[in-house]
Amino acid sequence: MKRILLFVPLVLAVVLGVVLFAGIGKDPNELESALIGKPVPEFVLTDLHDEGRELTRDVFKGQVSLLNVWGTWCPACRDEHADLVWLAEEKGVRIVGLNYKDNRDDALVWLDRLGDPYQVSIYDPRGSLGFDLGVYGAPETYVIDAEGIVRYRHVGVVNEKVWEQEIKPLVERYGEKT
Amino acid sequence: MLRSTIALALLFMLVPFALADDARDVYGFESQAQEQRFQSLISELRCPKCQNQNIADSNAPISKDMREEVYRMMSDGASNEEIVGALVDRFGEFVRYKPEVDSRTILLWATPAIVVFGGLLVVAGIIIRSRRSDQSEPALTDEERARASRILDGDDSDRSSG
Repeated sequence: MKRILLFVPLVLAVVLGVVLFAGIGKDPNELESALIGKPVPEFVLTDLHDEGRELTRDVFKGQVSLLNVWGTWCPACRDEHADLVWLAEEKGVRIVGLNYKDNRDDALVWLDRLGDPYQVSIYDPRGSLGFDLGVYGAPETYVIDAEGIVRYRHVGVVNEKVWEQEIKPLVERYGEKT
Repeated sequence: MLRSTIALALLFMLVPFALADDARDVYGFESQAQEQRFQSLISELRCPKCQNQNIADSNAPISKDMREEVYRMMSDGASNEEIVGALVDRFGEFVRYKPEVDSRTILLWATPAIVVFGGLLVVAGIIIRSRRSDQSEPALTDEERARASRILDGDDSDRSSG
């Protein structure tokens, strides 16, 4: 009986080792969105390209979309922009842009210069929709299904690897249902 | 000399501005109790961007938005639970520094109690065992005692046999 007790520290060390090892390589800054499985929050915001046109969450109805949160003040958004253009043009992905806490003129110049991957651009200068979505660091990219339900959030730059590994399977899965 | 003294004096006059933390926004409160409630709320909420700070200390824009939302909801007469709940709905359970007790967090809350209880059990076990051995096994039997006293008295004849 006493012998067995001698193994207690070893067992504890192994358990602790497994727990700590499982944490290696995980990015603690990446949080799962609280909105997974819930509809996109309600909003009424104007179109980035047309001040007079009001957009609501109905823009997500009908087909799977990516919702990309960006701003001209965000250096990482510039990094991923070419990949978004590639996704929109080569892969035919429907991307809705959320111009977050930005200036309309700056944003339009940016899209003019770097290309516009967004089928719809929502202009959110005060960050109200961003706040309701729980955006804490641009760029963020959400997968929204055809019913307007949030399915996934990726925080950080979207590139080919992130597309292939994280986003594409979801877009395909939710795309099949419609 | 005079010029440098003036420069130094001017520099010191800037100190209050440098110390003024720009995380402190100016919010008006009806009473001190309200202000204390606001302060305790924002110190219990965690910034999602700068993860080891509460939103009271953080300068991140998101923390400012969160403080504003807390203030706005407070002004609208929302309860503390409603305010924290509204932020949890957006940012997830993560923003609570004091997580709710539920099936996922019960271990988190219970671990200290379990560890203390386990420690008490170990201590109790040690005490009980030592008491029991005191009672059931006296250090020396009467025979051993007699032998020991013979040895101490200088009678060496017993030694070899032991």
